[in-house]
Amino acid sequence: MGWLGPEELEALKLSLRVSFWATLVTLPFGIFTAYALARWRFPGRQVLNGLVHLPLILPPVVTGYLLLLTFGIQGPLGKLLGEFGIVVAFRWTGAALAAGIMAFPLMVRAIRLSIEAVDPRLEQAGATLGASRPFVFATVTLPMILPGVIAGAILAFAKAMGEFGATITFVSNIPGQTQTLPSAVYAFLQVPGGEAAATRLVVISIIIAMGALLLSEYVGRRAAARVSGS
Amino acid sequence: MSLSVRLQHDLPDIKLDLSFDAPPGVTVLFGRSGSGKTTVVNAVAGLLRPKAGRVAIDGWQLFDTDQNHWLPPHRRRLGYIFQEGRLFPHLTVRQNLLYGRWFAPRGARREDPDKVIEMLGVGHLLDRRPTGLSGGEKQRVAIGRALLASPRLILADEPLAALDDARKAEILPYFERLRDEVSVPILYVTHSAAEVARLATSVVALQDGKVVRHGPASDVMADPSVAPAGVRAIGAVLQVRVTEHHADGLTELDAGGARLFLPRIQHRVGEGLRIRIPAQEVILSTKQPEGLSALNVLEGVVDTIRAGEGPGAIVSVKTPAGSILARVTRRSVAALGLAQGRPCFAVIKTVALAPQDVGGRLNAP
Repeated sequence: MGWLGPEELEALKLSLRVSFWATLVTLPFGIFTAYALARWRFPGRQVLNGLVHLPLILPPVVTGYLLLLTFGIQGPLGKLLGEFGIVVAFRWTGAALAAGIMAFPLMVRAIRLSIEAVDPRLEQAGATLGASRPFVFATVTLPMILPGVIAGAILAFAKAMGEFGATITFVSNIPGQTQTLPSAVYAFLQVPGGEAAATRLVVISIIIAMGALLLSEYVGRRAAARVSGS
Repeated sequence: MSLSVRLQHDLPDIKLDLSFDAPPGVTVLFGRSGSGKTTVVNAVAGLLRPKAGRVAIDGWQLFDTDQNHWLPPHRRRLGYIFQEGRLFPHLTVRQNLLYGRWFAPRGARREDPDKVIEMLGVGHLLDRRPTGLSGGEKQRVAIGRALLASPRLILADEPLAALDDARKAEILPYFERLRDEVSVPILYVTHSAAEVARLATSVVALQDGKVVRHGPASDVMADPSVAPAGVRAIGAVLQVRVTEHHADGLTELDAGGARLFLPRIQHRVGEGLRIRIPAQEVILSTKQPEGLSALNVLEGVVDTIRAGEGPGAIVSVKTPAGSILARVTRRSVAALGLAQGRPCFAVIKTVALAPQDVGGRLNAP
């Protein structure tokens, strides 16, 4: 990576860290939300569905501003977290939060599709054989939706790598702290002579995005073959 | 071990309102599709919550809506054999077989996996996945999976309906072995008279959500009013014993002192079995028939005559072998002067006793 300047390298490392944690932490919530939307009929289901999809439809700057209002130092949740000594505003953790929320709809959509493809009658069969709901989920549902979960996670990771609008609004663009790859590209384009560095980062972005897509296809196919038993 | 069921539930087309007690052995829920059979089984399994009712196995309540008591499916200790198998595609046959066993309480694991695998002949399939199995193999694995959960009751919802005749003939003996070698009671749903004849210890005949007849298989199946699959399903069930295999390819049976002949069957001499005699294969005569090619002639007395909607009538004849049903025309009834108490002869063609109507060993009475 000798051809990358220290600032560019730092942005790349930060982006990888932000996206990794954003994906890992949101994954359990994503699976739970997808399961609830796919399988349960409860009042407010459409509202939940709308909320989950909101970041996909809202201008990212709006999402970022809402995050700032809620999780900022003076925001209600920000204050609450502050009591425990956790500050997300203008920290890399805040960038991860923004990336996670922006990637959430994509993750939920992919996982939900795979849950809807699981025959509920197989889950019933598990129940009649003595498995309680959590066990049915762990031994029947989860193994069968694994391809969708992996695809959803990789998609969310790629989306998190590219998140810009909400991140820069919420946690600004502080080198080494919140300057992710897209933020760095933006910053380089703002200064004269920064085009070369921006181009290098653009190339890296393209490689990571393409790699993630191909990987998700490959893993999805492998897992699907394993589950269908062919 | 006995099962007691009382249920009320509203289905789109019918109102289910029934109750029955099932003795040990195989209890067959018999009726045409839409009569509510599957609803009963699903309520017993806990997959469907009925409007009202109570189900208990030996006094152990699975649910009782009066007391607001409801055990979730996984705590009912049942083995459910579904029509479509419902094997887990992501697990191997071995893992499928042992799935329910893993959840069974340690002290309750009665069935030995090796014995069950051997009984069902699935030993060579253990490392394969269900996707590649034939329909018959899948259903054998499904039987094993249900049995190895060491259930207190086995439920089977038309487990043969999705199979062709050859596969049905392959699977039926396994259910007979289940009945004869395993002490678990079985609640078995079907609309096939042949399956009833071969498997049932007792029959609960359903029609539009109500129990229309309930009793031993030979009694219920001899009742012409119980005809879920149309007149072709009507037939008498006889309990017989193999007396001799003749050199000319026939097997001689003893039915309550009367002799019957069948094309050669595999059962050993002295073995007890059940045969079903379809009503449409029986001819009635008021005189001792002479010069007739049919070998099986049973002497008896007319018991009941029921006229159907068409030109046909079902005549029940009491013979030493048991009740025989004959499907004749109303014109013949009049011409022969058949009436209750009138002596007559029931003539059954030998080839009419088809192999799928011949069951395996019978429990000692």
